[in-house]
Amino acid sequence: MTERFEYLLRLGDSSLVLAQQSAAWVAHAPIMEEDVALANVALDLFGQAKMWLDYAGEVEAAGRDADALAFHRDAGAYRNVLLVEQPNGNFADTIVRGYFYDVWAHLQLAALSRSSDERIAAIAAKAGKETAYHLRRSEDWVVRLGDGTELSHERVQCSVDALWRFSGEFFLGDAIDAAMVAQGIGPDPETLREPWLQRVGAALGTATLAQPADGWMQRGGKQGRHGEALSYMLAEMQVLPRSYPGAAW
Amino acid sequence: MVTQEWKWLDEVPDPELPSVSITDLGIVRDVRWEGDDLVVALTPTYSGCPATAVIEADVTRALHDRGVQNVRIERRLAPAWTTDWITPRGRARLSEHGIAPPQATLADGPIATAIVRCPQCDSTHTTEISHFGSTPCKALYRCENCREPFDYVKPH
Repeated sequence: MTERFEYLLRLGDSSLVLAQQSAAWVAHAPIMEEDVALANVALDLFGQAKMWLDYAGEVEAAGRDADALAFHRDAGAYRNVLLVEQPNGNFADTIVRGYFYDVWAHLQLAALSRSSDERIAAIAAKAGKETAYHLRRSEDWVVRLGDGTELSHERVQCSVDALWRFSGEFFLGDAIDAAMVAQGIGPDPETLREPWLQRVGAALGTATLAQPADGWMQRGGKQGRHGEALSYMLAEMQVLPRSYPGAAW
Repeated sequence: MVTQEWKWLDEVPDPELPSVSITDLGIVRDVRWEGDDLVVALTPTYSGCPATAVIEADVTRALHDRGVQNVRIERRLAPAWTTDWITPRGRARLSEHGIAPPQATLADGPIATAIVRCPQCDSTHTTEISHFGSTPCKALYRCENCREPFDYVKPH
């Protein structure tokens, strides 16, 4: 039961952190259409996070719902992958971060839609449809920026190079993943590596971007070891419900 | 029999697409009596759609107004909502109100954009301006014939 709770936190926290980060672009995006797009992607991700975290709370059976889990845990209790907590940076950084995530999430949700846990399968089927659309947009942008102007090409190559080291964590399984595999709940993360590399590699090729060489990969987010950026993000996200417990509209 | 109850729900508009009722949108999945409780199963369109809670409140209020005392809303996730469930009447009403109805179900992954018909002048010479529009369920298009921008309900 504890393992499934941890697993659901990982799913929910990655959605939640990326949602919060994407939402910070509202009123700052380079064009109005992107303002709307980033807000809508964030909205879907918030909705997905709520479904995962509400279920996590039910599995834990300690009286916590999605709000309690979102607003009353510190960074060390968060289980998101490190990629999503990387700062928004420039527009290319945000697009590449979203793209790496979308390809991974799309594969993972497809596998989870066949989960032996019916609730997980239902959430994954719903979230997967939304993520397919996010992926269409983020892949489109990677190609447009890469195969765009000299400046956009240079910037998006920098983003790919800087964020590549956070992609390895997607595929590193631990005891919790092994327990999920054994119960037919979730996929072995390693099985997502090849399809991820194939899809991302093809898109980078179309975008005239170089795929970074294999190197050191960061790890630890799923186990609660985070960079300092996450604490700042959470401070902003959590300040209101922590300062005014029980506040309502 | 719940024919009357379905008719009442036919009169509840979607808060963000008020030309269409929630039954035309295909989000009412089941209506049944359990003892003295009227159970209405609703499915969300998009998982983060802010209209979900409003729709639940609207359904409860509409049924209370018609004398149903105990209303229970059931949130149903599976099978996931699809725009294929929008009724022919719903599609016609969207068009009448300047919103292009969805063309075909989105395949897995990126697809070629469907041919989208302008709800104003019926031209198929249209361009996608933005993958996203004013609500999670819509994209923004422009007609190259009459030059009007319009919302398009994304196939989902």
